[in-house]
Amino acid sequence: MWAELAVTAIKLVVAAVALLSSVVVMVWVERRGAAFIQDRLGPNRVGPLGLLQPVIDAVKLFFKEDVTPATVNRGLYFLAPMISMFVALATFIVIPFGSAKGVELFGVPFGDFIVAGDLEVGILFLLAIGSLGVYGIVLAGWSSNNKYSLLGGLRSSAQLISYELSMTLAVLGVLLATGSLHLGDVVSHQAGALWRWNAVPQVLGFVTFVIAVFAETNRLPFDLAEAETELVAGYHVEYSSMKFAAFFMSEYMNMATAAALIVTLFLGGWTLPGLHLEGWLGLAVSVGVFLAKVAFFLWLFVWVRWSLPRFRYDQLMEIGWKGLLPLATLNIVWVGVAMTLGWL
Amino acid sequence: MVTLVFYLAAAVAVGSALVAVSHRSPVVNVLSLVVTFFCVAVNYALLGASFLAAAQILVYAGAILVLFLFVVMLLNAPELPQAIDPRPIQRWLGAAAAAATALAGILLVVAWRVTPPVAGPGGDAAALGRLLVGPYLFAFELIAVLLLAALVGAYVLVKRKH
Amino acid sequence: MAIPTTHFVILAALLFAVGAAGVLLRRSGISILLGIEIMLNAANLALVAFGRQHGQLDAQVFVFFVMAVAAAEVVVGLALLVAVFRRLRSIDVDRLNALRW
Repeated sequence: MWAELAVTAIKLVVAAVALLSSVVVMVWVERRGAAFIQDRLGPNRVGPLGLLQPVIDAVKLFFKEDVTPATVNRGLYFLAPMISMFVALATFIVIPFGSAKGVELFGVPFGDFIVAGDLEVGILFLLAIGSLGVYGIVLAGWSSNNKYSLLGGLRSSAQLISYELSMTLAVLGVLLATGSLHLGDVVSHQAGALWRWNAVPQVLGFVTFVIAVFAETNRLPFDLAEAETELVAGYHVEYSSMKFAAFFMSEYMNMATAAALIVTLFLGGWTLPGLHLEGWLGLAVSVGVFLAKVAFFLWLFVWVRWSLPRFRYDQLMEIGWKGLLPLATLNIVWVGVAMTLGWL
Repeated sequence: MVTLVFYLAAAVAVGSALVAVSHRSPVVNVLSLVVTFFCVAVNYALLGASFLAAAQILVYAGAILVLFLFVVMLLNAPELPQAIDPRPIQRWLGAAAAAATALAGILLVVAWRVTPPVAGPGGDAAALGRLLVGPYLFAFELIAVLLLAALVGAYVLVKRKH
Repeated sequence: MAIPTTHFVILAALLFAVGAAGVLLRRSGISILLGIEIMLNAANLALVAFGRQHGQLDAQVFVFFVMAVAAAEVVVGLALLVAVFRRLRSIDVDRLNALRW
């Protein structure tokens, strides 16, 4: 039993470190990518190619004065960033990062590189923890005792719960095709050929999911909650130093988890058609394939952010309810028809 | 180990439920209820109902309580000066009724001759799904109609008449 | 060693009592609705425990339906509360003592 616990702990530590370092990488990618898209150079003085910029940003945030306004509701003010961080960190434990057939560590078979491999209801766990993310934002907005924060918080939570519906329905299409709630099964179902990846038969679901995930992570064009030009900084305007860093980090971690979800559910996870490797080499290659796919989607998040203007609030709600929800339902109908006719 | 988790979850559930019904601020009430529902979900998982545990967090903690929080924040009603009913007779009667319920429940359970649980099908989604589209299909469809009725009803109730 | 069913039912009874206390003793409409939710959860917990006791999965289907009905009831209850608040500017249920305002 202790060996299994040790193996799970090692997987957990590796995945957590990867998630936290994705924040560091994303800060640099965002700043340089934004600069190149806007036809300028971006930070290139700190270290080669500006690679130490995230470190300097972290140091700056750490040394900033931690101002707590006098009129905030103290308990909730401190609780809100903690909830956001918890939700951002907890969702990745059911995502399969790679496959290690035949690998043994301390005598325990490594299995798939999933931290919580025994959780049979992986997809439901993800959706459940994701739906708890609303609390961090709405409590931050309300406890700050500031009308801009409150508006930003309420708008963002309304946006989150609206797009959660379309996201869940798009995932439902994948669930129907796979027949299991375990994410490892979802990935193995897509192994073997490029046309088996869920994005190919379920294009509508794929597009719906990607758009819904943009809205769920509060990224442009859906970032009205923290619109820099309209609501100052929305729900986290009264936060400074490390608490702001907590919100900042949880946004990037949510982005990384969202990209990992897109890859796992629709693009075949760590599989590549025609690649069957075993042992430690197989583990390294499959994790590499997974990371490459996730990196593409992280770049897509940055690319869309600096290319599109943001939606107005009523446009945003209209798209969520009148646009994505019918499309996601249509996707489920299509999957049902295809499965009955034997195509899927 | 499992027993420890159960006792912890049970203690936290009852404790946060007590906070939820006694604190003055409605936001604190709703948040402690989130903790209670989380602990109830843990209990479902301990009972082997994994689908229900996830559904509990999804539906109760993630949707119903968010709705409560929205209404609390939108109404922004001033906190009532006294959280609990100030009239003494009603207060004693209410507390007595609650205590009597707890006592009756516990006595009934203690007096019951318990047999070990019969092994049954696990609480996974596939088995539940088969039951829902099998014997309970009619009720399943009715629930959809009920939710639609609730949606329409809520909209009609809060519509402003101009 | 599985946890005996009695433990779960006693927990359900305690939670039910706390919820009942909340409904009987509180004056704000929101708190009463919260107490009702606690009672519903306690009943669900007892259902699942007894379902495991007898090895039936029907209890979990029942709980699923109770969750859906509770959601519908909360929606309508909160809508009622909002409508009352717009009229009376208060959520104190003691002020709802006339058939017509």
